[in-house]
Amino acid sequence: MEKRFMKGCEAIAEAAVRGGCRFFAGYPITPQNEIPEYLSWRLPEVGGAFVQGESEVASINMVYGAAATGKRALTSSSGPGISLKAEGISYLASAQLPAVIVNISRGGPGLGSIQPAQSDYLQATKALGHGGFRAMVFAPATLQEAVDLTYNAWEYAERDRGPVLILMDGCLGAIMEEVELPPMKELKIENTEDWDLSRANGRTDAHMITPILPEPALEMLNRAKGMVYNMMWPMDAKAEEYMLDDAEYVVVAYGIAARVAKEAINELRAKGVKIGMIRPITLYPFPKSIENLDYSKVKGIIDIEMTIPAQMRDDIELQVKGRCPVHEYGRSGGMLLDDEGVYNAIAEITGGGN
Amino acid sequence: MPEYKRPSSLMPMATGYCPGCMHALATRLVADVIDELNQADNAINVVSVGCSALNLYSWHGDVIGAAHGRAPAVATGIKRCLPERLVFTYQGDGDLAAIGLAEIMSAANRGENFTVVFANNQTYGMTGGQMAPTTLIGQKTTTTRFGRDPQTTGYPLKMCELISVLEAPVFVARYALNSPKGVSDAKKGIKKAFEMQLAGKGFTFVELLTNCPTNWGMSPLDTLEYMNTNTIPYFQPGVYKDAEAAK
Repeated sequence: MEKRFMKGCEAIAEAAVRGGCRFFAGYPITPQNEIPEYLSWRLPEVGGAFVQGESEVASINMVYGAAATGKRALTSSSGPGISLKAEGISYLASAQLPAVIVNISRGGPGLGSIQPAQSDYLQATKALGHGGFRAMVFAPATLQEAVDLTYNAWEYAERDRGPVLILMDGCLGAIMEEVELPPMKELKIENTEDWDLSRANGRTDAHMITPILPEPALEMLNRAKGMVYNMMWPMDAKAEEYMLDDAEYVVVAYGIAARVAKEAINELRAKGVKIGMIRPITLYPFPKSIENLDYSKVKGIIDIEMTIPAQMRDDIELQVKGRCPVHEYGRSGGMLLDDEGVYNAIAEITGGGN
Repeated sequence: MPEYKRPSSLMPMATGYCPGCMHALATRLVADVIDELNQADNAINVVSVGCSALNLYSWHGDVIGAAHGRAPAVATGIKRCLPERLVFTYQGDGDLAAIGLAEIMSAANRGENFTVVFANNQTYGMTGGQMAPTTLIGQKTTTTRFGRDPQTTGYPLKMCELISVLEAPVFVARYALNSPKGVSDAKKGIKKAFEMQLAGKGFTFVELLTNCPTNWGMSPLDTLEYMNTNTIPYFQPGVYKDAEAAK
């Protein structure tokens, strides 16, 4: 494995190339500009294509076209741009085309701020576009995890024939860490046959790729997708469980918030507070770890997110089912979570460590 | 005598277009040219939203449906990945000149090596005859009950004129499908555009003036004369740009 010291956005761009990505279209928006900048020179090196689109709307529709050729296609943006891409993401779901979308999220709503935030959880997990489809959402907390999840994201997109989202915040996009880069993937052409207009595998019949269907066929598609979401995807749910064995308090946090919370948990543990953490790695499917906690021991769940109000809370409450109080702490609008603030918030809730 | 046959790119079925609608004729011209160039297995038809979407079901070759106005963006993604294929969009005037204005102008300006076939019937046919960006001044539609008023709705957009001022496009032309000569010239124009694309020359744009008997509220025959007296004087047919002729 090749080790490199890389910036978050560049690390996932390189991981995408090594994962087989050969097409990127995107539009400049802070804080994700290093992704298109990197791919603008990197993709041509490996025979891929880079297009700077006239808008996020055009870019996601270029990805839709590229995905239909059997090529692994990527776009990236941040909250305001993801809203614009909602149209094309829904069309990807409808036409059953695989593609990967990266959201390096920032403060919202509206133009919001360009500083990091985790304000797009609900958009990512509940409705990336109109029409009631779901996308698998990966939320890395380290750059190594971002590399690994990006590298394998197309396998999920192609298996389930639809969009996959990687949700990171501006902190992770901007920080530099050492990463191990996996080798360049050798891709098989034959597994793209169902949606590939390229005829690379000797297909002679014509293909129709359509985002519009006769009503009975559309209902059938939605039923089939519902079964995938509800029966297949739970098996793909991933979470990191940290110091849960004797935990009386459990922090639930993802991405950068989980990294800050872990520092506080370590400090509180040193002072005798029985506290642990569940860190969802897939935000959708949402891992079941919270449901299976021992509520004879757990006195409280603490939802820590870099957004106000907390957006993951509904999903947490659905698993807690009233068995203990759910608390929340966060910062918002591009104001960052810091060690002291998170420590103090948890210490106050747990009544310990002071 | 050449035999008059169904082009191989069209399904053996009715198109679904209204009686007298020139979408069927325009589609047929494209399909005929594809046969003449022996490109039936190589063509990718990027279908847009509106009445043109009916082509999804009657087209017998590779075909992909695009979001409203986004066909040039979808075609960009396809052509960049499959440069050897004959890629074209087939778009109406609401799709291309209103919601898709950014996509068409930007694809043209980048000089994307695909062809846009633009059917301009001056109305939104599929949604029931609302004002289009190309609706003529004074023309009555369901959203301009007393005729299009330039004071509040501006003037009909001339796409060939707009696109021909860009540096990159290599062929930009407009034809009217209401006369045998117009139809014959249009077919030659489509063929030239496709040939230039296959030669890798760059962006080609063919506008076809068409009708909408249903939403214009006229018999198909009356639309032919209406086009002569109203449409053609404003949207003048002709070759607006031809990089080969300039040499």
